Amino acid sequence: MSSDAFKDAETLVEMRDIHMEGRSDEEWHPIIKGVDLTLRKGEVLGLIGESGAGKSTLGLASMGFCRDGVRISKGSVIFDGIDLLAASAEEKRQLLGKRIAYVAQSAAASFNPAHRLIDQHTEAPISHGVLSKEDSEADGMELYRKLRLPNPDEIGFRYPHQVSGGQLQRAMTAMAMACRPDLIIFDEPTTALDVTTQIEVLASIREIVEEFNTAAIYITHDLAVVAQMADTIKVLLKGDEVEEAETREMLSNPKQDYTKSLWAVREFQRPQKPAVQTGTTPVIAVQNVTAAYGKVDVLHDVSFDIHQGRTVAVVGESGSGKSTTARCITGLLPPRLGQISLAGTALPLDYRKRDREQLKKIQMIYQMADTALNPRKTVGEIIGRPVEFYTGLTGAAKRKRVEELMDQIELPASQFIDRLPSEMSGGQKQRVGIARSLAAEPEFIICDEVTSALDQLVAEGILRLLADLQDKLNLSYMFITHDLATVKSIADEVVVMKDGNVVEAGPKTEMFTPPHHPYTDLLLSSVPEMDPDWLTNLLQERGVDNIGDAAVGKMT
Amino acid sequence: MNSVLKIIAQRLALGLLTLFIVSIVIFAAVNLLPGDFAEAILGQGATPEAVAAIRTDLGLDQHPVLRYFQWLGGVLQGDLGNSFAQANFASFVGDDSGVRTTVAQQIAPRFANTMFLAGVTAAIAVPFAVTLGILAALYRNSVFDRAANITTLSSISSPEFFLAYVLILFLAVLNPWLPSLSNIYDGMAFSERLEKTLLPALTLTLVVTAHMMRMTRAAIINLLASPYIEMARLKGIKPMRVIVKHALPNALAPIINVIALNLAYLITGVVVVEVVFVYPGIGQLFVDSVKIRDIPVVQACCLIFAAAYILLNLTADILSIVSNPRLRHPK
Repeated sequence: MSSDAFKDAETLVEMRDIHMEGRSDEEWHPIIKGVDLTLRKGEVLGLIGESGAGKSTLGLASMGFCRDGVRISKGSVIFDGIDLLAASAEEKRQLLGKRIAYVAQSAAASFNPAHRLIDQHTEAPISHGVLSKEDSEADGMELYRKLRLPNPDEIGFRYPHQVSGGQLQRAMTAMAMACRPDLIIFDEPTTALDVTTQIEVLASIREIVEEFNTAAIYITHDLAVVAQMADTIKVLLKGDEVEEAETREMLSNPKQDYTKSLWAVREFQRPQKPAVQTGTTPVIAVQNVTAAYGKVDVLHDVSFDIHQGRTVAVVGESGSGKSTTARCITGLLPPRLGQISLAGTALPLDYRKRDREQLKKIQMIYQMADTALNPRKTVGEIIGRPVEFYTGLTGAAKRKRVEELMDQIELPASQFIDRLPSEMSGGQKQRVGIARSLAAEPEFIICDEVTSALDQLVAEGILRLLADLQDKLNLSYMFITHDLATVKSIADEVVVMKDGNVVEAGPKTEMFTPPHHPYTDLLLSSVPEMDPDWLTNLLQERGVDNIGDAAVGKMT
Repeated sequence: MNSVLKIIAQRLALGLLTLFIVSIVIFAAVNLLPGDFAEAILGQGATPEAVAAIRTDLGLDQHPVLRYFQWLGGVLQGDLGNSFAQANFASFVGDDSGVRTTVAQQIAPRFANTMFLAGVTAAIAVPFAVTLGILAALYRNSVFDRAANITTLSSISSPEFFLAYVLILFLAVLNPWLPSLSNIYDGMAFSERLEKTLLPALTLTLVVTAHMMRMTRAAIINLLASPYIEMARLKGIKPMRVIVKHALPNALAPIINVIALNLAYLITGVVVVEVVFVYPGIGQLFVDSVKIRDIPVVQACCLIFAAAYILLNLTADILSIVSNPRLRHPK
């Protein structure tokens, strides 16, 4: 579909010269600096940008809604002839839910835990007087069926915690559709989902939006996702519009440098290192590890090796046992069976029984640098502590070592050594996390989803840094991730996990060339590509019942 | 549902254990009081022989540990012992027929009165405070919210007897609507009883409202930033319904806990109000018994108070657990 198709359609939302401000420390700071937005009936507009670009704020503003501590300081929002900024709270309330609906990022948090799904579904139609309770319930089940939820007649009578994340996200889309609104705001609806789940949700959202000819604003930071969903794409950067164009035009011919840089991110590719010679002792060998939380086994006979100077990517969806394997290696969760060897010698399973020399060789970098760094310590203290603990350096020698480490992570000590974590950006914090792990002079580092909380450009910087450090210091990495693009760019070997089992393992080039194990194949095929026809083609090729969780279900 | 029953059983067992420990503390504390019943009753003219005689008569000369287990054994069989004061009076008048008033007989009517007062107060205060809290959350930071906060805080900050006299002044003296004395007795009609209890109940309502109202308000406001509240607003739900239907069910646990604490206070801590209104509750009996070292009565009262606290907190715990849909409807 081309956006020309909408040129003649009536305008539904017209936002002019929107300026928005957010309050922090008793002062108002600009968040959106003069953005225009026009949406025609039936059109899907993709709103993309990195975190802090103001996408969600702008999306909510198109509903005439501001979160606490945010205000629209200038501009106008006209929805179908109604000036939303001049409208009374009561007038806006009449539109919300009925003509304008919202689908939030985390369905698990956005469904009220105290009520059944169907009761939350029927609430808006009943209170707006659109449908009676019975009609709305019946319609809800029909929508559940259309969105291919399992047991559509029964699932609505469950509470949110009884339903999986991907199903909740579809139930929320159904809820948004309950009054057949003219406009739906999708605020990162698949960001929190696994790839195989995401693809199902994307397919059902797209289908239902087309069927009811609903206009939508689709907010996301994932370019490949927006390419599947949107007719038009608008790129935001720090509250300013960068450019807007029809989807195909935008993908094939971006005009602004910033947009081009976004498109280029996925091009970082590190050549795979040659395979190690047979008979070499691996730095870390995980041997037949079975581990349990309580009485339930969550890892089953997991084995793989990690060799010196190599990166092994461990991929799998949430709950597949990736992080549990890491906990076994570090000794935080002693395995029930099996053993962990470091350079050929078996390690004590419990970290409390390992000596300092063994402890320092295995270090970890965490997903959330925010929570992994002590907010009350300066960068110098955060890095200095393991330096002193593991190497015994104090005073000037310790300071010198800290400065060296900060050089390695490309944060000048003169500028950053006295900063607190709160005074740094996400990427900078993650760099400090890396320096902290390097302070122990390890041989092996576990990187647990280290880039998944970061924007793509920043994430790429971290990946390059990790690759450089590996070459300089001859480090081995275990790279836990669910993002196959990251795997492609950095891994030498890949281990695919599912439900606590290793499904497939081997060198990267082999893993990314067919034939695959069916699960690996599903994972690979579920990663959205920049091609706007990707989802359409995939659905045609495989059929709706052979994607996502439905396909996983068929495997077991 | 089984998991809920299991949790309730665990909590009950823990409650019993707590009560046992409390009984030791009570016994020890009461025995630490300076002087004993013999010295208190004989006063200035006590001779060592007379004191010793009374002690022997009441068994006070036995070892404390032995006395504790005798007492505990009695309590477990439902026998709270005999009041020293009653026993002694009987022996003075030479009518020691062996038929003595037991502590249980002495406490029972008083305790019933206390429960009645607490019940009437709770029936007024709990709905009032929760409604006020909901309205304050709905109109947060408005004039109404501030007025409600200031009024309830002032009333909780004033001494109870002062509140009682202010209410007497306005509701009994200037406008003679309610009786200022609450001399209730057995066999009174319920309506009359209620009328006489109303003034102390209103006084206590003023005392306990602030705490419950502020917790209701805070617990609700605490949830207003959560995504499901934002979702409800974006569905165009009316503000009042957002609070009552979407925030309140998830805010119940802290509210229930504060209600339980205040109800426990109504049972155990209202002696001042009882004195002002001459209300024959358990609080006065307790204070009188401490004065004359009537140890069995003091211990029995303490035990009842402790049991009330434990039981109410237990109920609050269980209700907050049950208010969690994850436990009521397991996967």
